Amino acid sequence: MTVTITLNGIRRTGEVQPDTSLYTFLRQQGCLSVKCGCETSNCGLCTVHLDGCPVLSCSVPAFRADGHEVTTLEGVQKEAEEFGAFLADEGGEQCGFCSPGFILSVLAMARELENPTDDQIKEYLAGNLCRCTGYQSQLRAIKKWLAARKEGDK
Amino acid sequence: MSYVSKPIRKRDAMSLVTGKPVYTGDLCPAGALQVCLLRSPHAHALVESVDKTAALRVPGVVAIYTWEDVPQSRFTTAGQTWPEPSPYDRLILDRRLRCVGDPVAIIAAETEESAQKARQLLKVTYQVLEPLLDFTKALDNPIIVHPEENFRALCDVGTDAARNLCSQEEMTVGDVEGELAQSEVVLERVYHTRANSQAMMETFRTYSYIDEYGRLNVVSSTQVPFHVRRILGNALEMSRRDIRIVKPRIGGGFGAKQSVVSEIFPAFVTKMTGRPAYICYTRQETFTNGSPRHEMEMRVRIGADRDGTIRVIDLFALSNAGAYGDHGPTTIGLVGHKALSLYGTLKAARFGCQVVYTNTMGAGAYRGYGATQGIFAVEAAVNELAAQLGMDPCLLREKNMVRQGQIMATYYNEPCNSCALDRCMEQAKKMMNWEEKYPRKVLENGHIRSVGVAMAMQGSGISGVDIGSVEIRLNDDGFYTLLVGCTDMGTGCDTILSQMAADCLECDLDRIAVRGVDTDQSPYDTGSYASSTTYITGMAVVRTCQELREKILAMGAKMIGVPVEQAEFDGRRVFVPGGKEISLAEIGSASFEGHNHCLSSCISHSSPISPPPFMVGMAEIDLDPETGVVQVVDYAAAVDCGTVVNTNLARVQTEGGIAQGIGMALYEEVNHTPKGRLINDSFLQYKIPSRLDLGTIRVEFESSYEPSGPFGAKSIGELVINTPAPAILGAILNATGKAFHTLPVKPEDVAMALLEDKK
Repeated sequence: MTVTITLNGIRRTGEVQPDTSLYTFLRQQGCLSVKCGCETSNCGLCTVHLDGCPVLSCSVPAFRADGHEVTTLEGVQKEAEEFGAFLADEGGEQCGFCSPGFILSVLAMARELENPTDDQIKEYLAGNLCRCTGYQSQLRAIKKWLAARKEGDK
Repeated sequence: MSYVSKPIRKRDAMSLVTGKPVYTGDLCPAGALQVCLLRSPHAHALVESVDKTAALRVPGVVAIYTWEDVPQSRFTTAGQTWPEPSPYDRLILDRRLRCVGDPVAIIAAETEESAQKARQLLKVTYQVLEPLLDFTKALDNPIIVHPEENFRALCDVGTDAARNLCSQEEMTVGDVEGELAQSEVVLERVYHTRANSQAMMETFRTYSYIDEYGRLNVVSSTQVPFHVRRILGNALEMSRRDIRIVKPRIGGGFGAKQSVVSEIFPAFVTKMTGRPAYICYTRQETFTNGSPRHEMEMRVRIGADRDGTIRVIDLFALSNAGAYGDHGPTTIGLVGHKALSLYGTLKAARFGCQVVYTNTMGAGAYRGYGATQGIFAVEAAVNELAAQLGMDPCLLREKNMVRQGQIMATYYNEPCNSCALDRCMEQAKKMMNWEEKYPRKVLENGHIRSVGVAMAMQGSGISGVDIGSVEIRLNDDGFYTLLVGCTDMGTGCDTILSQMAADCLECDLDRIAVRGVDTDQSPYDTGSYASSTTYITGMAVVRTCQELREKILAMGAKMIGVPVEQAEFDGRRVFVPGGKEISLAEIGSASFEGHNHCLSSCISHSSPISPPPFMVGMAEIDLDPETGVVQVVDYAAAVDCGTVVNTNLARVQTEGGIAQGIGMALYEEVNHTPKGRLINDSFLQYKIPSRLDLGTIRVEFESSYEPSGPFGAKSIGELVINTPAPAILGAILNATGKAFHTLPVKPEDVAMALLEDKK
């Protein structure tokens, strides 16, 4: 079947099987930032935005995205750099393999939650696993980034 | 500007956070054959026959290989310096299957779907054999895991395959039985740790191709590129000169990728077909047939006096190698050497061990590498001893801990030249507010808040074995190229080695271009394992820079026509004070102009000693006596890794290691079905800590100065996983009076133990 997806602002058409995951489709389309770390929808590495909301692309059939907007880290490079700089300044990216999915979740969280508490941040991002960092440096980076954004808004 | 001891951003950080295609799977060329493996459903079986007829008819299938198709030389997949202490007990595909998931066939096809479909259509007849699953019954069991005639051990590690014995060792210092007899208190306990999985986010993956020179190129997510080259040579019966290994960015390793897990299969396919090939392990395969921590059972006997003087520790460890002996003979040594050496006052100590083969998944290297298991057993036993003596466990340790200036009799008689363990204890107590919190408080909601403590050490590289080399070149406008053979796996060694080089060469960090690893171009390095990189390869950087500085000075002096003794080099120019000078850029450019020599240095470094880093970890837990749920609300760590080279990266290493240790203590279960199939083979069943499981983790550094290390540094990477399990179990003991001996401690274990009191 044919699907047409607005991928990072550009209309892309491709042939998919009924069981092709959005993850596979996105990698085929060259969005190599999207990673996969499990087969059980547990790790959060494959997180992308579907119409602006974070979803696990491994668990969304590609055809479900037909006619919708999908954003990967390739489509939000400026935002990734802005938050990523805070993450990097804490050493919180470490191996970096979970960073794309994690950062997309952080960007969605920042849109959804106003002045989130530590517990709200942890809860929102609970589905994004990381084995390197123990999460502390990521929390530090998020809080500093949110504070800097707020400062910038003034 | 100096860079060492600063929180420098990782040099590849911005590529990683913007999702650039820098990992093995991102770089694999289009058109590569997709490789998958048919794996054994049985823990012990012989392959009778494989009918490939239907599978070969699947469109897109290119080749299917079984045991008859592969070389018959045995090898080990353990990434260690030759001659490897791990026995040569593997084939690429073996007729005898020794664990569930052992590979039966290699399938290569144009697409992943074709490969998987063909796999389903392979018809295999197995002669199913009775498996040996209980490692406590492995020794001299009638079921023999490795009966093959061409099994061989390169090193004398006490191997006896006919007895299922992978290795054994014994070390005795002083009169153990005599000291035990004289001790006023003797505590004897048996502890059990599991085959934990590293669970790095990037699973095992490799691609391979034949290059324009006709050589086999292998691009892989590995910690040990040079060992991979040798091991592939062994496995494929190829000359090493025909193999090149490239390591791109790695999505975590933690020791898993110190074994050659995925490399052999696509390499074999490429060798046979001449075509590029790619394999990507599923998470399930990574769990079931990776290279997990060795499961161990450890018996500890501690003899002490009532005043808290520990006289003697006797430790015996039984380790489950599983089906293959990778890292079996070496991990076990750390159980004793790294755990017993925490105590400097011992009058006697003994460490005995056996590593046995069974029909469970072969184990490997996981951060801590045996030290984690041994330290858990000894530190948990010391906590129980403190409870029995009615003594604060910190005080008990302060009375007995190893101190700077001592000779560590159980650590190869190495001198303890740098040790701030005493200061770490002081600092951790302050951070945790131990005096106030010990032993427990009952909250209004009935929950118990309590604290627990543990000490830890590790090594810094393998003494007399590990080699680190770097090459540094001066280029034409005065910038340097730093070529390294050690493998940055997210830990940041490319960055910290650059920091050291920048300080040694007195230049800005951005004047150093770092590159690793390509076995054709990088200087030899054993690889990133055994906590060696900062200490060993770091010292190679220091020494290489010293030599290069001398060369720059000599050439600069010659160019300005003064005797070298009169000239100085300050990183930017060679000059005579108050006189002539020439810039580094001019020296670099001149060296490229045909009438001079290009300036470069390459020095290899090895160390006769392995100075231990030390730490104290303290856990504060919230324990719900109704449900048995234990939450680590706060973890305080005081770490002595010598000079901290990068304050950010050392901190994140520590936080991450502690998180893994908390997982090991409370969550990470490893269970098998009665027929030997691993049950915990996904993130649904093997639960690694999420953000919600962790409270705060706080880290402070209490640095000693290690004279043999670069800038006074020791190691950090492995040490930090060792304290959580004993500290958390210590906190549970202080909360409930209940001592647990098997990891992980689950809520039902705690709740059931507490129910016994109510009966």
